[in-house]
Amino acid sequence: MEYVVEMLNIRKEFGNFVANDNITLQLQKGEIHALLGENGAGKSTLMNVLFGLYQPEGGEIRVRGKKVDITNPNVANDLGIGMVHQHFMLVENFSVTENIILGSEPTKMGVTNKKDAADKVQALSEQYGLNVDPYAIIEDISVGMQQRVEILKTLYRGAEILIFDEPTASLTPQEIIELVQIMKRLIAEGKSIILITHKLKEIMDVSDRVTVIRKGQGIGTVVTADTNPNELASLMVGRQVEFKTEKGPAFPKDEVLDIRDLVVLDYRGVAKVKNLNLNVRKGEIVGIAGIDGNGQSELIEAITGLRKVKSGTIFINEKDVTGLKPRKVTEAGVGHIPQDRHKHGLVLDFPIGHNIALQTYYKSPISKNGIIDYNKINEKAKQIIADFDVRTQGPHELARSLSGGNQQKAIIGREVDRDPDLLIAALPTRGLDVGAIEFIHSRLIEQRDNGKAVLLISFELDEVMNVSDRIAVIHDGEIVDIVTPETTTEQELGLLMAGHKIDDNKKGELKEGEDQHVE
Amino acid sequence: MSNRVTNILVPLVSVILGLLVGAIIMLVSGYNPLIGYTALWNGIFGDLYTIGETLRQITPYLLAGLAVAFAFRSGLFNIGVEGQLIVGWFAAAYVGVAVELPKIIHLPLAILAAAVAGALWGFVPGLLKAKFRVHEVIVTIMMNYIALHVTNALIKTVSDGGDRTERIFTSASLRSEFFQNLTEFSRLHYGILLALIMVGVMWLILEKTTLGYELKAVGFNQNASEYAGMNVNKNIILAMVISGAFAGLAGSMEALGTFEYVSSKGGFTGIGFDGIAVALLGMNTPLGVIFGATLFGSLKYGALNMPNEAGIPLEIVEIVIAVIIFFVASGYIIRLLLLRAANKKKEAK
Repeated sequence: MEYVVEMLNIRKEFGNFVANDNITLQLQKGEIHALLGENGAGKSTLMNVLFGLYQPEGGEIRVRGKKVDITNPNVANDLGIGMVHQHFMLVENFSVTENIILGSEPTKMGVTNKKDAADKVQALSEQYGLNVDPYAIIEDISVGMQQRVEILKTLYRGAEILIFDEPTASLTPQEIIELVQIMKRLIAEGKSIILITHKLKEIMDVSDRVTVIRKGQGIGTVVTADTNPNELASLMVGRQVEFKTEKGPAFPKDEVLDIRDLVVLDYRGVAKVKNLNLNVRKGEIVGIAGIDGNGQSELIEAITGLRKVKSGTIFINEKDVTGLKPRKVTEAGVGHIPQDRHKHGLVLDFPIGHNIALQTYYKSPISKNGIIDYNKINEKAKQIIADFDVRTQGPHELARSLSGGNQQKAIIGREVDRDPDLLIAALPTRGLDVGAIEFIHSRLIEQRDNGKAVLLISFELDEVMNVSDRIAVIHDGEIVDIVTPETTTEQELGLLMAGHKIDDNKKGELKEGEDQHVE
Repeated sequence: MSNRVTNILVPLVSVILGLLVGAIIMLVSGYNPLIGYTALWNGIFGDLYTIGETLRQITPYLLAGLAVAFAFRSGLFNIGVEGQLIVGWFAAAYVGVAVELPKIIHLPLAILAAAVAGALWGFVPGLLKAKFRVHEVIVTIMMNYIALHVTNALIKTVSDGGDRTERIFTSASLRSEFFQNLTEFSRLHYGILLALIMVGVMWLILEKTTLGYELKAVGFNQNASEYAGMNVNKNIILAMVISGAFAGLAGSMEALGTFEYVSSKGGFTGIGFDGIAVALLGMNTPLGVIFGATLFGSLKYGALNMPNEAGIPLEIVEIVIAVIIFFVASGYIIRLLLLRAANKKKEAK
């Protein structure tokens, strides 16, 4: 079998930090080759080397058997290497065709010839079954279709080798199925694909072979058919991984969070949380299961003081915190791992050490009489970085340059270290790999075992089922039912999340006031 | 190439390139660049007097640069430094002529008046931004015009219809006999010391105080700051007030040091707007502002000698000065070119 791309013993350093150490990846013609590794393992670095964005310090790259020197992305393009980026690089208010030809606009007597380009886009779209309208405006089309535009962009430029960087991160399940079909079609037409991912299921579904890297080191390449998710996970993390985190029975005690008849409006003045009642006790994890947009964000923002409450009350440790400012809520004993770590969780342009102090910077011992002591901040940060296994060059590294998993670990460290009575974890494992997910789940359970209350919000049923002691299902701003993971099934949860109430006699403990919903 | 080498090399190469292009402009306009640059040099460093005057010119640039840089660090674009400077100038001069007090009270009072006036002029856009999300650029630009014409009207009132106030009492003056003797009677005054102290003050606020941590956090990410329990609105207002106070102090330099009076103006002084360039040249750091202000002040003052000594028309001189500053500001391009050259060298090996 011939190799279209060979990356042999690649080494890439950033200062003293070795991002890639002796990694070898050989891509056969017509295969889907998965590149597997944890967040921050060096996958993207390796691909940026191949795409000409970074120059390696060691090793060599061969394309179709010939040694090449890829000094910039144009060279990569000329070699037929195309990259489908995780974060799309599209101009929102341009049409599909305009985006595709951007940078290499065909001209006829000095005027951009969009018609011919659109025809070519149409032809490519049909050839690969992409189903993209060349004249559609980017902002009007779905995320899945935007991704197909990115694919077309590489095909239009004559790519034979396509790199997909975490392509399923922002897709719906249906779109993922379509993407898999497209990838198989591309292979059938003679293209070769490198698929960067940390999702094991995807790899098992589509890839032919897998190259695993761990902490910048090449671990090896295996044939997908000869392996299984467990083996891949342990190769990636370097130890046995438990998909279901071990946890003992819960011993819930006093109520920490008590929400009564809560109504919260969104920015348009529409009620997103409607007469919601919920309580969380010490020593238990309550999971809120629901489809995105059913009031979860508004609920958390109301509890934490980021959003105004229309009516109803919120008690924390029997203290009424309704309408208090975020800091007062925090000081009442609440830790909050926010849903969007880039928007709320971190100041990306601050060093990670500053970020770890984000909830404590104003208090002694860090601040005294208005003077802040950065040495104290960095000491504390170093301790949390060590305790929570945040992989970083140190407290001075900008938060922006950490990988998603490590950013999240830093946030969790910050919130858990303050030892809050109530820990609110909103989508704490979004976009993270199995190792990080396992770590975070065990930390949540540890909090519970230490007698703290944990409120978990998640869109992933697996997560809710594995971690929670009780599951509150939210639909259209109301808790439709509260069930326990031992007595429920994913099917039942799915139905509840869609608003279908299950026969009262059969399932779960009902809460009063919910009959209205059934109407 | 190490970082430190590029950091020194970049500004150096930028200045040299700027001088070269400036020379070409003089050449094609029919003037001898050597004579032109000699005149520029003499205009900056020619004798003790010019050195004193150059330093005097740098002083308000320092404070204006600090004002802009401070706002930038808090995520705000204070384009109203010009207006804040003008009200500061008037306030200081007014206190200087209105009362006569012992120097130990009068001078600090006049300086304080300038800072307060500037702070007040910064408070309004800060408040509007915080409460109603009105963009500070629009408000500060408009506040510049209000400052210009209101102070002109006030000057008329104070001076009984004239277009300049009396000279301030010496008890409010920043003039320094010591500096004057040192620099052959230039107008160099104690203000330069105050300006340098303020550089330290800005550094202290940003790097050593809890307030500075908050201001920077709000400047980078308001959502995360709110999440962390900071009062975002308070920080926005405070940042504009402090920025305005720096700008007001820049005005007091003119009122109590350079001119010792305030006269009605046909247009803006330009110092406030140049402050934007000073801050950006200095990458919004306190030390950087010293560099930016020195460059700006020296070139601006030195250029005045070029028409006299080299006979180059003021218009050409201004183009040459602009080109030099342009090249310094384009340090990024130079950095890129240097990197590319370094890479080529590496490959050649």
